[in-house]
Amino acid sequence: MRALVVGVEAVLVEVGTAAEAAALHAEVLRRRAAGELGPVRDVVPAARTVLLDGVRDPGALAARITAWRVPPLAEEEGPLVTVPVRYDGPDLADVARLWRVAERDVAEVVGSVVFRVAFCGFAPGFGYLTGLPERFHPPRRATPRTAVPAGSLALAGEYAGVYPRSSPGGWQLIGTTDAVVWDPLREPAALFAPGTRVRFEEAGA
Amino acid sequence: MTGTGGGLWLEVLRPGALTTLQDRGRPGRAHLGVPRSGALDAEAYALANRLLGNRPDAAVLETTLDGVTLRAGGPPGSAVVVAVTGAPCPVRVSGRPVAWGEPVRVPAGAELDVGRAESGVRGYVAVRGGFAVQPVLGSRSTDLLSGLGPPLPAPGTLLPVGPPGPDPVRGADTLRVPAPPAELVLPLRPGPRADWFTPASLSALWRSPYRVSPESNRIGLRTEAGPRLTRTRGGELPSEGMVLGAVQVPPDGLPVVFLADHPVTGGYPVVGVVPPGRALNAAAQARPGTPVRFVAAGW
Repeated sequence: MRALVVGVEAVLVEVGTAAEAAALHAEVLRRRAAGELGPVRDVVPAARTVLLDGVRDPGALAARITAWRVPPLAEEEGPLVTVPVRYDGPDLADVARLWRVAERDVAEVVGSVVFRVAFCGFAPGFGYLTGLPERFHPPRRATPRTAVPAGSLALAGEYAGVYPRSSPGGWQLIGTTDAVVWDPLREPAALFAPGTRVRFEEAGA
Repeated sequence: MTGTGGGLWLEVLRPGALTTLQDRGRPGRAHLGVPRSGALDAEAYALANRLLGNRPDAAVLETTLDGVTLRAGGPPGSAVVVAVTGAPCPVRVSGRPVAWGEPVRVPAGAELDVGRAESGVRGYVAVRGGFAVQPVLGSRSTDLLSGLGPPLPAPGTLLPVGPPGPDPVRGADTLRVPAPPAELVLPLRPGPRADWFTPASLSALWRSPYRVSPESNRIGLRTEAGPRLTRTRGGELPSEGMVLGAVQVPPDGLPVVFLADHPVTGGYPVVGVVPPGRALNAAAQARPGTPVRFVAAGW
C-alpha cells in the first residue's frame, strides 16, 4: 500500500488489486465515521485507489495510512439491492457465444453473482460493479454506440454497469432494467453507491 | 412564481455566449460520480455576494466573454439590486452606464446590460437575495460535464430572486481585486504521477511557457504550443480519483488543468496539482492565447 500526497489537501492511497481497494475503501469509511481522520470532504474509491480529498494535513495523514492494517472485506459487508433485468440486450448473443453458453443461460451466469459497486464515475450514478469471474470478462465493443438507452445492463472487462441515462458507450449490452439507478431528486440519489452489493434477478422469472 | 421572496425576478433577454447559474457547487459527492462544479473564479463570486449582503452560497450568473442582458421584473415601484464582478466590463441600466463592482438598483421593467469583457473571461452577476432556482443535490450550479443543475438560461427564461440575505448591501471593496493576468502563472505541486514522465520533459515543463488553448472550458484549462511531456512508461493508468487543480497529461503530452466541472475520476496520469485559490481563479479569467507558465512548488 502506498499513500501519495496530492496537492495541498488530498491523499491518494494505492493498492494492488480491486479487492484490496474495496477493503481499503471500507476501512477509510469506518475510520472516518469513528472520527479518526479529521475532516474529509470526499472519499473517492476507484479501480486500485482510494482518494481522500479535503483533508487538513495530507502529509501526516499519508504517513499514518501507510501503517494501517486493512482487514479483507467480509462477503456480506455492505447493503444489498436486487435489480430486475430483462435479458434483451443487442449484444446478448455475442456475449453468450463468448461465454460458450446458450443465450437463455446468460441470466443464470449473471444472476449467480453478487456484484459489488467498486466505484462510480463516467456519469453521476454510474457504478462500476465487480464480481464477475474472470472467464466471463468480455472485451469492450470495437465500435462504441453513439446512444445507449438508459437502464441498459452492460458488461466490459471486469466490470458490469447500468447506464443511468442515455449516453454514448462501448460496453456490451445484455439487458434492460426499469430500476431507476440515478435520480438527483431522490434521497439517496444513487442506487449504486460504492460498497453496495447488487444482485440481478431475471424479471418475471 | 415560487420562492421569489419579494416577488422579484430577472428575465433573460440575451443569454450571451455561455451563461450559467453557479454557486459553491456540489463538493462531497464525488464518490457518486458527481463533479464539484461551482463558480470558476471563487473570489469574484464571493465578492459579488458580499457586496449585496447575500449568503456566501447564493446563486449568481457566470457569464463568458460577452456578458448577458436581463430585464428586472416585480411589482410597480420595486427594484432588484445587482452587482457585477469578475471580468471587468461596461454595465448599463436602461442604456445608462452604471458602476461595475458595486451594488446597482435596477427598477422593475428596466434593462440591465452586462457588456463584453474588457479583459478576463468570466463575469459574475449577483442579485440581492440570490437566484432562487430549484437546487439539485444541494446546489444551483449548472454542471456542464454531467448536465446536473438548472438548464442554461435562454431568451425569455425567468430567474426568480430569493429573499434578501442576512447582511445589508455594502459599499464597494473592489480595489483589491487583481486585474486578469497578462501571463498566467500556475504553481504546481508534484504528483501523484510525476514519476510517469521523463526528467528531461519535466525540466522542460518549467523552462518554456504554454498558451491557453481555445479548447478550454469549465471542465479544464487546456494548454497548447508548449513542451510535450514524455512518459517513462507505456500502459494505462487504472482510473483514479481526481482533485480540483489536477494537471492531467493526455497522450499528446500537453497539460490540462482541471477546473470546477472536472470528471471525478480519470485515467491519464496527473503530473502535479495547482492548489485551489488565487492561481485557479486567475485560470478562470485567462483568455485563449494567454501565456501559461508552471512554476515548481515543493518539488
